[in-house]
Amino acid sequence: MRVSTLIKIGTVDEFQVNVGKLVEIEDHAIAVFRLADRKFNAVENRCPHKGGPLAEGIVSGDYVFCPLHDWKIDLKDGNVQAPDHGCVKKFDVTIEGEEVFITL
Amino acid sequence: MDKRKLVLVGNGMAGVNCIEHILKLKEQSYEITIFGTEPHPNYNRIQLSYVLGGSSKFEDIVLNDLEWYEKNNIHLYTGHTVTKIDHEHRVVHTDKGIVESYDELILATGSNPFILPIPGAHLSNVISYRDIKDCEKMIEASKTYKKAAVIGGGLLGLEAARGLLNLSMDVTVIHVMDTLMERQLDPIASKLLQAELEAQGMKFRMNAATEELIGEDRVEGLRFMDGSVLDADLVVMAVGIRPNVELAKEHGIEVNRGIVVNDYLETSVPNIYAVGECAEHRGNVYGLVAPLYEQGQVLAKRLAKVETKPYEGSVLSTKLKVSGVDVFSAGEFIDQPDTKAYRFQDDFQGVYKKVLVKDETIIGAVLFGEIDEGVRLFQMIRNGAHEKELKTIFSRAKTEKESGTSQVMDMADDELICGCNGVSKGTIVQAINELGLDSVESIKGCTGATRSCGGCKPLVQDLLQCTLGDNFQKVEKEPICSCTALSRDEVVEAIRSMKLTTTKEVMNVLEWNQENGCSKCRPALNYYLGMAWPKEYEDERTSRFVNERLHANIQKDGTYSVVPRIYGGVTSPEQMRKIADVADKYEIPMVKITGGQRIDLLGVKKEDLPNVWADLDMPSGYAYAKALRTVKTCVGEDFCRFGTQDSIQMGIDMEKRFERLWTPHKVKMAVSACPRNCAESGIKDIGVVGVDGGWELYVGGNGGVHLRGGDLFIKVKTREEVLEWSSAFIQYYRETAKYLERTSHWVERVELEHIQEVLKDEGTRAELIKRMDEALESSKDPWKEAIEERSVRQMFEKVTIS
Ligand SMILES: Cc1cc2nc3c(=O)[nH]c(=O)nc-3n(C[C@H](O)[C@H](O)[C@H](O)COP(=O)(O)OP(=O)(O)OC[C@H]3O[C@@H](n4cnc5c(N)ncnc54)[C@H](O)[C@@H]3O)c2cc1C
Ligand code: HEM
Ligand code: SF4
Ligand code: FES
Repeated sequence: MRVSTLIKIGTVDEFQVNVGKLVEIEDHAIAVFRLADRKFNAVENRCPHKGGPLAEGIVSGDYVFCPLHDWKIDLKDGNVQAPDHGCVKKFDVTIEGEEVFITL
Repeated sequence: MDKRKLVLVGNGMAGVNCIEHILKLKEQSYEITIFGTEPHPNYNRIQLSYVLGGSSKFEDIVLNDLEWYEKNNIHLYTGHTVTKIDHEHRVVHTDKGIVESYDELILATGSNPFILPIPGAHLSNVISYRDIKDCEKMIEASKTYKKAAVIGGGLLGLEAARGLLNLSMDVTVIHVMDTLMERQLDPIASKLLQAELEAQGMKFRMNAATEELIGEDRVEGLRFMDGSVLDADLVVMAVGIRPNVELAKEHGIEVNRGIVVNDYLETSVPNIYAVGECAEHRGNVYGLVAPLYEQGQVLAKRLAKVETKPYEGSVLSTKLKVSGVDVFSAGEFIDQPDTKAYRFQDDFQGVYKKVLVKDETIIGAVLFGEIDEGVRLFQMIRNGAHEKELKTIFSRAKTEKESGTSQVMDMADDELICGCNGVSKGTIVQAINELGLDSVESIKGCTGATRSCGGCKPLVQDLLQCTLGDNFQKVEKEPICSCTALSRDEVVEAIRSMKLTTTKEVMNVLEWNQENGCSKCRPALNYYLGMAWPKEYEDERTSRFVNERLHANIQKDGTYSVVPRIYGGVTSPEQMRKIADVADKYEIPMVKITGGQRIDLLGVKKEDLPNVWADLDMPSGYAYAKALRTVKTCVGEDFCRFGTQDSIQMGIDMEKRFERLWTPHKVKMAVSACPRNCAESGIKDIGVVGVDGGWELYVGGNGGVHLRGGDLFIKVKTREEVLEWSSAFIQYYRETAKYLERTSHWVERVELEHIQEVLKDEGTRAELIKRMDEALESSKDPWKEAIEERSVRQMFEKVTIS
């Protein structure tokens, strides 16, 4: 059986809208995005292409563009968009009151 | 059936053009062999000056590449000179021992430059101007020597002189007459031309006959008839050409000034023909391509056994291909007792037009400054049109400017658009409609129009526009990204006219198909908005690529580099110590001298960036941005024995003037204190070169992927003018270029002449500079901002949970 843990990563106002933030938990590097007021998404901070730091990418709607070679990644499911292929691991983010949690 | 053997002597413009016509008429009838002395395929001799001036490379002016010869099964012998014609046995011999038989033989040996029979004419660095080899010699000489003299103030001499100016030489043109281009221009036009060229920096010695060239091995100067002397390290003789008739003469073919031919280009010996500059027809020898092509057409038809009208001689028209000077002349242009003239002269605009009429018939014209009517006038002169037809073009020219429609609309289908290649309006329209052509390039490929001197390009462009109508717009339009069908110009126009002020507004109002845009359009819109509303617009950090958001260059491992400003590449022990301390404190893995004369700290962790900046306490060098990068300088007059100007201070002033200005793409500059150009000003977006008593500004240079030498933009006298002109240039680039378009591409797209034309007006420059100042007013050093503002600093923080 797999146990998921909820880990607090900060408060809502510590995240700027449409600017990714790197969260390091143990050996995970996670790119957390605040897409709108209370809408968050998180993926592994490693582009499937050559490991680019996705947290630094340009955010457009539900997508992030990798800063190194412009791969386009859907933050809803972690899938790389055509013409490229691949996917990144996705993490669930939940908000309770003003606090932001990530599920590992 | 055995093919007949056709041999061409002379792999030049006239001969090969005739072969092209033969191929078009009856592809299969001949087995063709071509001999040429030059070690190259046929190239466009007319455009040699562009190679000399640096705007074209040899490859650009090749007319028929080797593939063409191969594809058409032509045996080409380059580097072979035909030395013997045996017309009894119908064979030719070359200097390399090839013997080739022929059924038909075409001589197209062109001309030789005339060398003045004066003492010293054999000295080294005395060059004629005829082929690519001569160009190469001049370019080579210009690298070492400074003073050039061009003997001959005709078409060729002036083109050579302009080319040498581009090569940063000090150029004097020596002319025996008191007016330039006297064979093409009347005295008024000549004087206007001279004034214009003087303004470009050319010097003149009129009424001067050269008596002797002085020097030991290499030429060192010229002595004139009146005893005076002019120093020169390079002498170009452009005093005329002589038809190359030796071969014909030695082998019993009738020769006068040129090889004598009849109306079908036949020489005195059966089965031997001559076309081009080597031929003499009804007493005339021509030195321009249009008549040579007409001859070639007639001969081609003759050889292909197609019925043809005889060749009856040509009326000449001339254009001078010197940038910034528009001159046209055709037919007879010198007033005579029995001629009348229509004249128009406007000294303020530098425009002069004269049309000569005899017995109510238009016989010639000279245009200076504005030559739009040239093509039409030339047509009228060829047709011997009645003088009243003049009213139609001159009154039309005026309405055209007002209504914006082009004169090509009114041209008849059989009127010539391309005089060099004899291509009519009808032919081009047909090609556009039937073959679906949509660019000048493809029209050139199909019909030959614009292929030689290129002077008819604007007309072809107009014709394309008129014929395709709205479709033309569609073809030329390039959407800014896949989120929209709108082009850069349409988007910027909408931003201005609808007062759109955020990227979101633009994307909504202009109905982007992706609600939030993409990584291409968002940074572009952010730039356009900032450019359009310098005071009001608040930069959208989220629409910036990571480097410009974090003000540091991301590396492949996710670390960053830090490059502080070191103005003009001048540092100090104190600054060096500070940099060294920072490198130690943050354990920076690599400290490197960049190609831009400053120091790069590589491998800085993101979270350290604000502290590194605070400790450095130096302004950002914008090494990561679409903005001014650095201004390289050479050591200049204070130290260097060649220096003529204080390049260091000029560079520092420029770097301080333009730092922090956002531009469509990165902008690099350099200042050298003499044409040796140690700061590499020739490959910068703006390159400044100090010369005696002034500065030269080069623009559109690029040392990267699109390697390109800068174009000489203007020469000015003072440091203030350097700043004024470069400011106006940069702002005009900011306002009209596409995002991510380097100046090298932009200059090619909008054309240097256009930029020069716009910036010529002092008022326009002042306006541009004012707008640039507004943009600079609100700019802050981004590193300071990051240190001081909490919200910015927050971006650099990461969350670590253990
Ligand atoms: C710098 C410059 C600018 C010009 N600008 C213009 C312009 O703007 N407009 C215009 O209309 N005209 C212009 N002209 C003139 C135009 O280039 C010539 O009229 C045209 O090239 C002549 O063509 P041709 O075939 O007769 O001679 P060429 O093009 O000279 O060809 C002759 C060829 O024959 C070769 N040859 C000679 N003898 C032999 C032999 N025995 N065996 C083998 N090969 C031989 C020569 O090496 C040469 O390559 C310009 C010329 C120059 C040099
Ligand atoms: C005729 C050719 C040239 C001559 C005579 C020449 C001469 C010089 C001289 C005298 C200096 C000054 C050195 C000093 O006093 O510190 C110098 C510096 C330099 N030259 Fe050249 N040079 C020539 C061509 C070039 C070219 C073609 C390049 C590179 C494309 C170049 C690159 C440099 C550089 C990078 C420096 C250092 C400049 C600086 O410190 O600002 N030089 N050169
Ligand atoms: S460009 Fe001229 S003045 Fe400047 S360092 Fe080089 S040689 Fe000296
Ligand atoms: S590493 Fe992300 S696109 Fe190449």
